[in-house]
Amino acid sequence: MCTVCGCGDARLAGADHHHPEGHHHHGHSHDHDHSHDHLHFGSGPAGVSVGGMSQSRLIEVETDILAKNDAHATGNRRVLRALGIYAINLVSSPGSGKTTLLCKTIEMLGTTPLAVIEGDQQTENDADRIRATGAPAIQINTGKGCHLDGHMVGHAMDHLALKPGSFLFIENVGNLVCPAAFDLGEDAKVAILSVTEGEDKPLKYPDMFTAAKLAIMNKVDLAPHTDADLDAYEANLRRVNPLIQILRVSARTGEGMEGWIRWLKAQHAAKTLAKAG
Amino acid sequence: MHEMSLAEGIRQIVLDQARSHGFTAVRVLRLEIGRFAGVEKPALAFCFDVVMRGSPAEGAKLEMIDLPGLAMCYDCMREVQIDDRLDPCPICGGGRLVPVAGDEMRIKDMEVV
Repeated sequence: MCTVCGCGDARLAGADHHHPEGHHHHGHSHDHDHSHDHLHFGSGPAGVSVGGMSQSRLIEVETDILAKNDAHATGNRRVLRALGIYAINLVSSPGSGKTTLLCKTIEMLGTTPLAVIEGDQQTENDADRIRATGAPAIQINTGKGCHLDGHMVGHAMDHLALKPGSFLFIENVGNLVCPAAFDLGEDAKVAILSVTEGEDKPLKYPDMFTAAKLAIMNKVDLAPHTDADLDAYEANLRRVNPLIQILRVSARTGEGMEGWIRWLKAQHAAKTLAKAG
Repeated sequence: MHEMSLAEGIRQIVLDQARSHGFTAVRVLRLEIGRFAGVEKPALAFCFDVVMRGSPAEGAKLEMIDLPGLAMCYDCMREVQIDDRLDPCPICGGGRLVPVAGDEMRIKDMEVV
């Protein structure tokens, strides 16, 4: 079961997560008498008495169900754009090697400023691994939630001292279903797929691979020891998303990592150019 | 997918609408769900009943309207309607299709008192 709002079950580990007035608002406003057990849903009963209005009437709503999340994501995107930050939403199944890839990426980016938001159901293990590299990281525990949402990421961004012109890596909860629908304000979703997961994974979870700009086939060093058919992986990725870019990488051995670093820098440069133009 | 999240989103919109339009109860709530939205309709109906408790939409009838799935075929460069996300192009048989519509999850309207 998921929750749209992070503040019920989710918490920011390593951060004092009470909400002083004037915290990250994304353009919404509510008073803070409530406990955030159910953020945005409890701000007062709708008990409006309307005399003479007992007849049934039709109200055209035409509102996306995820409009609230999208508004938070738009707020995040505005902040990131103003700071010239390139944000990547890393999505995959659990165990594809996202954190290892991130640690290696941080190492290879050297002095390039960056920050990391880690999403997991429980534990601060991943943020600890990132912090061990020297990079600033914040952990979001989603509790019963199965994805990060725009609101959680907005709070996490507030707690990180984001540097202008940096990279923001958001490691989503390991889940190939739900994170596809929840915009966080990122510039690109990058899907990581380890070569032991099965060639038909893109066909089984098409939404995620449709939403991704880049697919990283990780753990290619294992391919010779398994029956993995890397070309079949690529064919299936292109079947669900003809426009997807694909990189073959081993975060463990470093194979293919330069291509990933080049991709990141090129994307960042393109965003900076677009902003300047 | 994440039907409980969707139900929570619906509840939020119901509360917002109740405040701005001044109604106390929703009789019927109509959703538009795209073919590719990945929404499990029976699961959403179940979550809807649970999540709406204590809101103006408690006990409301939930109606779901299907919207077609449209995709651009990158082989024949035409926009086609398909039922399943991985169906081939009905015109040229090509398999390189990118969805262009059908991921909608929208509240269309509400009948309120």
